[in-house]
Amino acid sequence: MKRCLIIDDSSVIRKVARRILEGFGFAITEASDGRQALDACMKEMPDAILLDWNMPVMDGYEFLRALRAMPGGDRPKVVFCTTENDLAHIARAMHAGADEYIMKPFDKEIVEAKFQEVGLI
Amino acid sequence: MSPQDYEFLCKLLKERSGLVLAPDKQYLVESRLLPVARKAGCDTLEALVRKLKAPGSEPLKVEVTEAMTINESFFFRDKIPYDRFRDTVIPDMMQKRAVQRKLRIWSAACSTGQEPYSLAMMLDGFSTLAGWQFDIIATDISNDVLDKARSGSYSQFEVQRGLPISMLMQHFEQVGDQWRLSAKIRKMVQFRQLNLLTDFSILGQFDAVFCRNVLIYFDQPTKVDVLTRIRQRLAPDGYFVLGAAETVVGVGDLFSPVPDKRGLYCPTVKREAAPKLALVSASGGQRVA
Ligand SMILES: C[S@@+](CC[C@H](N)C(=O)[O-])C[C@H]1O[C@@H](n2cnc3c(N)ncnc32)[C@H](O)[C@@H]1O
Repeated sequence: MKRCLIIDDSSVIRKVARRILEGFGFAITEASDGRQALDACMKEMPDAILLDWNMPVMDGYEFLRALRAMPGGDRPKVVFCTTENDLAHIARAMHAGADEYIMKPFDKEIVEAKFQEVGLI
Repeated sequence: MSPQDYEFLCKLLKERSGLVLAPDKQYLVESRLLPVARKAGCDTLEALVRKLKAPGSEPLKVEVTEAMTINESFFFRDKIPYDRFRDTVIPDMMQKRAVQRKLRIWSAACSTGQEPYSLAMMLDGFSTLAGWQFDIIATDISNDVLDKARSGSYSQFEVQRGLPISMLMQHFEQVGDQWRLSAKIRKMVQFRQLNLLTDFSILGQFDAVFCRNVLIYFDQPTKVDVLTRIRQRLAPDGYFVLGAAETVVGVGDLFSPVPDKRGLYCPTVKREAAPKLALVSASGGQRVA
């Protein structure tokens, strides 16, 4: 079973995303900021990461850069999932090593399309 | 709505666009046509039908027909046909048309434009096609969807279903809350109003035809008729693509599946000399086996 780490400071979003991704057969772990997420990745590197941008403690962008610098941190497919919906943010995220980008609000079809795009489904 | 009125509308739609409605689709007709009725100053569908039967109702008939079309579409819908286009159709056609350096492609029910624009973005990605001429003709029966297609503007929701983020970054600009395709890609596609039930021989010959998710609404004779005429518009060495859930089963031997390339078809080539040859070799007793 593929493992997906959902990183978002909103428990509501995490719940919605969890329900969608469990439907696609992923085993889910959750984190509410980048710091927690890094700890989780150190314990066990997931196959996929759904990543919010704006979060307390450590934001999604910082997390991504730290992740990609970690041993084995190049492996997970990272899909940003954020309200930041301008080209500048998208370009920054992609340069930092994101694989896909979802602009909130999202639904099941969008998550499915993006996860398919990076070969996770 | 009375059964007579429903029957009248079904007949009108079948004649006009080929749309075949099951007897249990009254709710769909009501939900789609009530707004049209109101706009035409009718309170009910009965009144609308009366108006449709009166002289001078042609524009209203067009509106009714367009209102009943199903226009859902996404960029790179179903992915596989586009992978086939990129990995099989383009490389093959680059060889076959190396002299002409021209490709003609038809999106035969293009709705709001995602299909022809996806093809255009793909062609644009081939640096080896630099200097080639592309004719991408995109047609639909509905003027409403064609207006939107020509604008090349899509909502945030629409650009996230099927469009890779790299393509969004490369080919779109943000205009308010919409995403607009670059002029370069928009200029690659020519949109034209066309009813597939009418003669389309004027379009000329194509190297590839995409006719996806429209024949499903037609009955078998209509489907065969449209496919027969599409076959006439396709170069003998060209390619044909249907929707993911569609097949050419039961339409005769117009198209043959390309081996190992699910979803891709080519025109069936009739070898008229073949039976004769077989006869000669049989009677001549020259078979080795
Ligand atoms: C579901 S969309 C398909 C769009 C696109 N080909 C795709 O697969 O995503 C079907 C389109 O067929 C168009 N259509 C229906 N009847 C037609 C006809 N008789 N001639 C031309 N277009 C027709 C509708 O207006 C609608 O835009």
